[in-house]
Amino acid sequence: MLLNSIQAWTSSVISNKDPNSLIRTSHLKVVLFLVCLYPFFFMLWGFFSHQLGANPIDTVTRLSGLWALRFLLITLCVTPLRWLTGLNQLVRFRRMLGLFAFFYATVHMLLYLGLDQFFDWSEIWRDIVKRPFITVGFINFVALLPLVVTSTNKMVKRLGGRRWKKLHRLTYFVAAAACVHFLMLVKADIREPVIYIFILSGLLGVRLLHAGRQKQLNRQ
Amino acid sequence: MFIKRRKPWDLPESEVTDYKVYKNRRQFLNTAISVGLASALPSVGLAKPVDELKVFETLKKSQYSTEEEKTTFEAITTYNNFYEFGTSKEAPSLYATEFPDESEPWRVEIDGECESPGVFEYDDLVRPFTMEERIYRMRCVEGWSMVIPWIGFPLGELLKQAKPNSKAKYVEFTTLYDPEQMPGQRREVLDWPYVEGLRIDEAMNPLTILSVGLYGKELLGQNGAPIRLVVPWKYGFKSIKSIVRIRFVEKMPYTAWVKANSSEYGFYSNVNPNVDHPRWSQRKERRIGEFLKRDTLMFNGYGDYVAELYSGMDLKRYF
Repeated sequence: MLLNSIQAWTSSVISNKDPNSLIRTSHLKVVLFLVCLYPFFFMLWGFFSHQLGANPIDTVTRLSGLWALRFLLITLCVTPLRWLTGLNQLVRFRRMLGLFAFFYATVHMLLYLGLDQFFDWSEIWRDIVKRPFITVGFINFVALLPLVVTSTNKMVKRLGGRRWKKLHRLTYFVAAAACVHFLMLVKADIREPVIYIFILSGLLGVRLLHAGRQKQLNRQ
Repeated sequence: MFIKRRKPWDLPESEVTDYKVYKNRRQFLNTAISVGLASALPSVGLAKPVDELKVFETLKKSQYSTEEEKTTFEAITTYNNFYEFGTSKEAPSLYATEFPDESEPWRVEIDGECESPGVFEYDDLVRPFTMEERIYRMRCVEGWSMVIPWIGFPLGELLKQAKPNSKAKYVEFTTLYDPEQMPGQRREVLDWPYVEGLRIDEAMNPLTILSVGLYGKELLGQNGAPIRLVVPWKYGFKSIKSIVRIRFVEKMPYTAWVKANSSEYGFYSNVNPNVDHPRWSQRKERRIGEFLKRDTLMFNGYGDYVAELYSGMDLKRYF
């Protein structure tokens, strides 16, 4: 009941189709876009005003990686939230969130290539081959690429909804591998990566539950 | 006429960070941590103002000091690994502000395989020694480094006073265990208390010092007050902080990081660009305050004084 009324209310308030709606999704998208950029500007500003402590390069590298992981998890929140609230409009924001995960992952990787290794490609290659946590990070970045390339409406149409969906399940793998990458780099205190693993398990668990319930409904 | 003669450790006024700016930076870092790392931080007490710290008036210069540019006081006192106060770099400077509790004198127990063991109060322990300034490079196992003007005295001089016997093959050091004062110890990140060790000849090497201060002033809590070890040719974690016990032992001490992960951290842990940490390369390091990385030197550049300690040893095996 309550959910239904919220749904009715939000769709009358937020809509792109209804010219009478108060807020248009496109406006919300602009707001969301700016919010998603906030961590980036925070890093930029902190870096150039010398406010990131004694080892700013390390700090921005960590922060950008952390935000890539966070945006992956936020993206994975969209579908469960939709089930929970019935707000199907939420899916309109999902692509942007996913692309921001890629944006932060790119910043993270560029910082590693540029400010950690100074584009010393032989050293970088050695790192990728030799250090499992760099290997995982690199694979992860590469795995994001097909998702980005197929993120346009055109590509969704070309692939067809089903195949597109199947391909984009790769996100689960990337999110899991990102957690592993984080876990592998800590020295002794695993509390933080474990928190993220916990959240990811929740998000994947909800999907399993949902799939199970769907099956049951179909049988009936 | 009054002539103010600048001591080498005196910072020119222009280099001192304005307290307000410093405070703001701390606050900014706090937000950075909570925004960035999602750990809720409890409010923090005010640090002991730096000008209230005890100043060492006369210091002997040392032939072992490097001429390299020193890392700033601010960086040395805010970028620390001291897991007893938390695992982030900022945690020690945020939570060690009241450390050590001065209502009770600091005591160090010296025991084990020696003729004159005893428990010494800090003042009695350090009184006999001439304080020297030792400007050393410090290389952390994580791949960053600093240049720190330590104040201290050779560990060997103290050890000789205790008269180690022939069974004393190693020296074991222990950090204070006090979760009340050291909030990081409330979690089992490492097997507390922190234990480190040296072979007796390493401990007796003139480069090895016990430090009680830096930049002309007594140590702050985050740097291992009131007394800590400094072994400049080994990775930073060997230089154990806030020592309460020094013990002569026959067997190689089972040290904290070896206990935590013996495949990654060895007992010797000499700085060695040719032996990588299993998870990252040790060939280069980022000197704090510098943009480009520099090459890591064998024995952190102290090979002339210490290489002979390891002659004939396979340093890949005894890493």
